[in-house]
This record gives sequence, C-alpha cells and structure tokens, in this order.
Amino acid sequence: MTTDTLTDAELRDLKALVAEMIPASMTYEVPGADDEAIFADIVKSLERDTADARTSLRLLFELGGGSFADLDAAHRHEIAATFKVQGGAALFALNRVVLLCYYRDDRVMRSLGQEPRSPFPKGHVVEQGDWSLLDPVKKRAPFWRRM
Amino acid sequence: MHDKVDVLIIGSGASGAAAAWSLADTKMRILCLEQGDWVKPTDYPTNGRDWEARLFSDFAINPNRRNRPTDYPINDANSPIKVVNFNGVGGSTIMYTAHYPRLHPSDFRVKTLDGVADDWPVDYQTLEPFFAENDRMMGVAGLAGDPAYPLHHPPMPPLPLGKSGQRFGRALNSLGWHWWPSDSAIATVEYDGRAPCINLGHCTPGCAQGAKASTDITYWPAAIRAGVELRTHARVREITVGPDGMATGAIYYDAEGKEHFQPAEMVIVACNGVGTPRLLLNSTSAKFPDGIGNSSGLVGKNLMFHPFALTYGYVDEPLDGNHGPPLNLWSQEFYETDRSRGFVRGYTLQLHRGTGSIVEAITSTLAGRLPWGEDHHKVYRGLLNRRLGMSTITEDLPEEHNRVTLDPVIKDSNGIPAPRIDYTMGENTRKMMEHGVARSKDILAAAGATNIGVEAPILNGGWHLMGTARMGTDPERSVVNEWGRSHDVKNLFIVDGSIWVTSGGVNPTSTIQALALYIADSIKTRLSEGTLFE
Ligand SMILES: Cc1cc2nc3c(=O)[nH]c(=O)nc-3n(C[C@H](O)[C@H](O)[C@H](O)COP(=O)(O)OP(=O)(O)OC[C@H]3O[C@@H](n4cnc5c(N)ncnc54)[C@H](O)[C@@H]3O)c2cc1C
Ligand code: SF4
Repeated sequence: MTTDTLTDAELRDLKALVAEMIPASMTYEVPGADDEAIFADIVKSLERDTADARTSLRLLFELGGGSFADLDAAHRHEIAATFKVQGGAALFALNRVVLLCYYRDDRVMRSLGQEPRSPFPKGHVVEQGDWSLLDPVKKRAPFWRRM
Repeated sequence: MHDKVDVLIIGSGASGAAAAWSLADTKMRILCLEQGDWVKPTDYPTNGRDWEARLFSDFAINPNRRNRPTDYPINDANSPIKVVNFNGVGGSTIMYTAHYPRLHPSDFRVKTLDGVADDWPVDYQTLEPFFAENDRMMGVAGLAGDPAYPLHHPPMPPLPLGKSGQRFGRALNSLGWHWWPSDSAIATVEYDGRAPCINLGHCTPGCAQGAKASTDITYWPAAIRAGVELRTHARVREITVGPDGMATGAIYYDAEGKEHFQPAEMVIVACNGVGTPRLLLNSTSAKFPDGIGNSSGLVGKNLMFHPFALTYGYVDEPLDGNHGPPLNLWSQEFYETDRSRGFVRGYTLQLHRGTGSIVEAITSTLAGRLPWGEDHHKVYRGLLNRRLGMSTITEDLPEEHNRVTLDPVIKDSNGIPAPRIDYTMGENTRKMMEHGVARSKDILAAAGATNIGVEAPILNGGWHLMGTARMGTDPERSVVNEWGRSHDVKNLFIVDGSIWVTSGGVNPTSTIQALALYIADSIKTRLSEGTLFE
C-alpha cells in the first residue's frame, strides 16, 4: 500500500481527466467528476491505488506529449480516447476510484432516485412476489439421482 | 508454556466453530486458536456511505488486496482463479453470501455412478442428521419440497422473490426448467436472538444487521457459553509431534509476534482448503519431513475450486437492484449427469439479483459497456437496477497437478511461508462451463434480457476451497480416514473443506459444517468407547 500523494501537476491532469470520464450534465442536472467536492473525495480516496493512478497519469502525459490539462478541448478528447484503450489495469484502478466517489455524491444519488444514506439501519423493502409461479415446479416428480 | 488442553482446534471458521460447539458437551478443555480477530457489527461496510468502496479496501474478498495484518499472502499468479477468503472469528463465513445448498446423494458416489474420481467414504444418508442439526444451529431459510433434493425442512420461510425472482421464475417456467427458492443461511424471521434480514443487500462483506449466519454469531456464542476458549490473534506456525509420532500441540505467534507453545492431547485443523495444507506442509519434523500427515504425498494436491461463470443481461424495467440478499433462487436442471451433453457430472445455476449502483458502474466500465463523456449518464441510466445475472457453479474434478505448495519466497508477517497455488481448469469442467453459459443465455433471452455479458471463469472466484487433504479408507490414496482422522497421526483430525473427495456442483459450506459435526460426533463416540486413538 502506498500513502504517497500526487504532485500539483499530477492533480491538474487528473482533474482534467476525470472531467473527460464523467462530465457535468445539464440534461440530468448532475455535476461532473471534476466538481470540487467530488474531486476532493477522489484525491482522498486514492489510498492503495495511488501507485496505479501515478502510472496512469504518466502514460497520459506521454500520450499527450505534455500536461493533459494544458491541451485544448479537442485534443484532450482525442488523447483520452487513446488513453482509455491503452491504459490497462492501472487506468482501471484509477477509473474505479472515480466511480466510487462520483456515485456516492448526494446530488448524483438524488438524480438517480436514490436516498443518500447508508444501507444500515433502515434497510430496504423487497416484495415477496407471486409465489404461485412456483406451482409448475412443485408438480414435478423428484429428479435427484437415487442410488 | 500454556496449560495443556484436551482439544486444540486451529481455525474458527465454518468448520472449526461447528466442531468446537459439538465437542463442548464432553466438558473437555477445548481451545481454539484463530489468527484473526472478532469483527464488530459496527465495523461492517453497510454502516457507512462508503459501503461499496470498502469492497475494494478493508473488506475486499481477495486477501492480497485486503491486506489486513491478520491476513496471509497467497501466491496466485499461476492460477486463472484467485483464492478469496476471510481470516477472523467466523472465518470466510464473515464474507460468504450464505447461499446454502447441500451436496446431493449422487455427489458422494461419482466413481460408481459416472466412473470418475473416487467415491466418498461417507454418504448423504449418514450426514442427514448433521445437515439438519447444522441448519438449526446456523438458521436456514428455504422451502421444503424441492424436487431436486431429498425432502428436508428448512427452519425459516424463504427469502422474498422480489422483481428479479419473478422474472426468473417466468422465464424458467417458459423453458420448463427447474428452479426453487435457495436454502439460505439468512434469518427471514427473528431466529435464536437474531434479527431478521432487512434487505441491506450487501451480504458478502458482512451483515451489520446480524441476519446472515456467520459462525461468530451462531456457533461461537453457544460454544463459548458451554466453556470453549477462543484465543484470537494466534497464528499457528506448525503442529508439533512427539517421539511416538503423536501430535503434541502447536507453536503460534500472538499479536505482538511473540512465540508460544500450546500443548494438547489432540489437534483438530480447520484452516480451510488452502490454510490447512499450508499448515500441514509447514509442520515438518524428523518423523514427517514432508509435512505432518503427508505419507501419501497428497497434502495440498487435488485442489478443487468450483470454477464459476457469470452470465448477465439487462431488462427494460428497473428490478430489485442490490436490495435484498443477492442470491435467492437456484436451478438444478443440469445437475445430474447426462452424457449427451458431452461431459459428466453437472452444475447449479445460482440466480442473482442486481448489484449496487457503484459496482454496476465499475463492472460495466470494465466490460467496455459504459462510455466516458457525454453519453456516460444516458447509458448508465439504462443499466442501473436492470441487471439479471446468474452463475454456473461447475463441479470441479480432483486432479493432482492442481495444488497448494509452500512458496519459496513469500512469507506472512510472522515469517511463515505463504501458500502458492498452481491450478488449471480441467477439460470436463471447461465443457460444463460452456454448457452452463449457453443455458444461462437461454434463460436470459426467455427473461427478455439483452446486452449479455459473460465472465468465465470469474477471476476472484476461488471462494470454495476443497480437496487438499482428502478423506478415504486407503492411507496411500488419502490423508484422513472416513471420520476425519489422519492416517499417520492418530490424534490429528481435519474438519474443513480440505477433506472433500470430490466437489459436487453446489456452494460447500452447509456440507462442510455437516461433515465437521459428523467428525466431532465420531470423536465423541470413540472417546466414550475408549477407541479414539486406536
Ligand atoms: C466472498 C465469499 C463468498 C462465499 N459465498 C459462499 C456461499 O454463498 N455459500 C457457501 O456455501 N460458501 C460460500 N463461501 C465459502 C465459505 O465461506 C467457505 O466454504 C467456508 O467458510 C469454509 O469453511 P472452513 O471452515 O473450511 O474455513 P474458513 O471459514 O475459511 O475458516 C478458516 C479459519 O482458519 C483460520 N486460520 C487459517 N490458518 C490459520 C493459522 N495458521 N493459524 C490460526 N488460524 C488460521 C483463518 O483465519 C479462518 O478464520 C464464500 C466465501 C467467500 C470468501
Ligand atoms: S440483505 Fe439481509 S442478510 Fe444480507 S446484509 Fe442485508 S440484512 Fe444482512
């Protein structure tokens, strides 16, 4: 496990990258993953994935020939698409942290019709359902193999 | 030096807990050494907003990722299936999903019926009273009358069908295939002081409600009340032997890394299908240079996993999502041998509810289904809570080259050599898995699901660990006898999944525990007869 933190330059590139991954949407009225609160959560949550994040950002830097954040928008889209294909396991680890933080944001959860809370202690309701569906199976003769 | 105990149990998981409880009524002095700690209900992920995130950190199912001080590393590089477990009071039941089928009668007779592997030296009928006792102790929900099984009566009503269950039920009915509410080790009503399930839907990394039957809340409170001592943070390095070749006790490390010797009249190993061979192989002496109890050379060999295939799709309406225990139905349509399928033996189809919203986003990203950019939101909303999935649980046949050995380099935090896994999936299993995936696709199509995904075998799917210290009557072809005693060391017993002869095609814990109760009962009978060590 590494407890290293990213440099300011890496953080700038990361912020630009997460905005490519999940941009804000007017249609769904949700922030992007580069929203201040969500991004702060992402940075805090990198923890044991920091080394993979750093590996990913290095590749991103190489693909863009410099800082990803400094590229113009069109160029960023293009590099991000290549990076998505080439990033491998390290990028997946980084992408996972982004998703973990994005989808637990209150605003995002509400937009999905979810209550922003922990599952315990309130729990959830699951309907019993129509048990008569089982009737045809109940009529079947035992079919386990007898010795 | 500690006082000598009558019975030393190593490992407090599914089997160790059952054996400890059963033996407690002998009034012998019983001690269990467990390398991990108790998990408090307030520690479980569903207490917090980061409940899904913790599946990837301190509640990851893979111990190499989880990396708690109480875990040991496992070299799994040479296996397409990675070992997953939990090390603590309750063992891997802390992390299991509590899907709780029994082996079928035919599973104990595969040589006779199908000409493969070996028959077991015990049968379903012998285990039947122990299955029933275990169901009562763990608290099992289900429905009597499943035509795929001999009649038995789970003590609690089944888990709710929910939306996904009804969709599956209709689909399977349209195909004319078997399905049934699963036996589940989950309380659906108040049970023995345990609160009923409130559908938190995240059973695998631990149940904050205490509805899921992990052995820290089932067997252990009863065993401790009956006088058994459970010593945590006690990691056993080796089982020791005396000049007469009998086990004398165990050497272990405490939380501070201090070495202790615990003497005992008899030793019962319950460290699971990987931890047990590791411990036996680490227990070398002049008498047992290749590891204690290993005169057959079979300790660590014949590792079986139940390779799992996950097949899933998406329907056009929201279902239960992750609400409710994730596994509530099974189909045994393809369980018993039908040679026209091109393989022998068979598999269970375990029918799933959906996943949590973040796990959906993660798995869909990995599968290339969820894009980056503007479209992300639209595509995600078309996936969320619409997943229907099922896993094929294949019967894995024993093959000696699939094995647990000691890694020459990697050690745990106490310097004890770690296990190394060498495993490849057999041809029969591969064909069975293909068949299971094809039939799963049929079911999904009948349920109106599209956008089908498959993970076969599931990478982090080494949750069922069996076969590495197999039972049998022939000391040259097995490690323990028909009631769990080592052929070589007459006061050494094994009660966990290592003793399985073949794997069957169901989740194993119910049968592991029934076997542990049966072995404990055999010990008690022979103790009273004075023949235990003969
Ligand atoms: C994610 C997951 C999901 C699962 N889902 C299901 C399911 O739905 N249904 C099902 O039937 N099964 C399921 N299982 C499997 C189930 O948990 C195991 O079959 C069962 O717990 C095995 O019991 P056991 O007694 O053999 O070993 P375990 O329960 O693994 O217990 C072994 C114990 O021994 C301890 N130990 C090991 N080595 C040492 C040592 N050297 N010194 C001291 N202590 C030691 C360990 O810390 C551990 O506590 C699942 C498992 C996992 C991980
Ligand atoms: S679904 Fe039920 S058993 Fe599973 S974690 Fe929630 S309360 Fe516990």
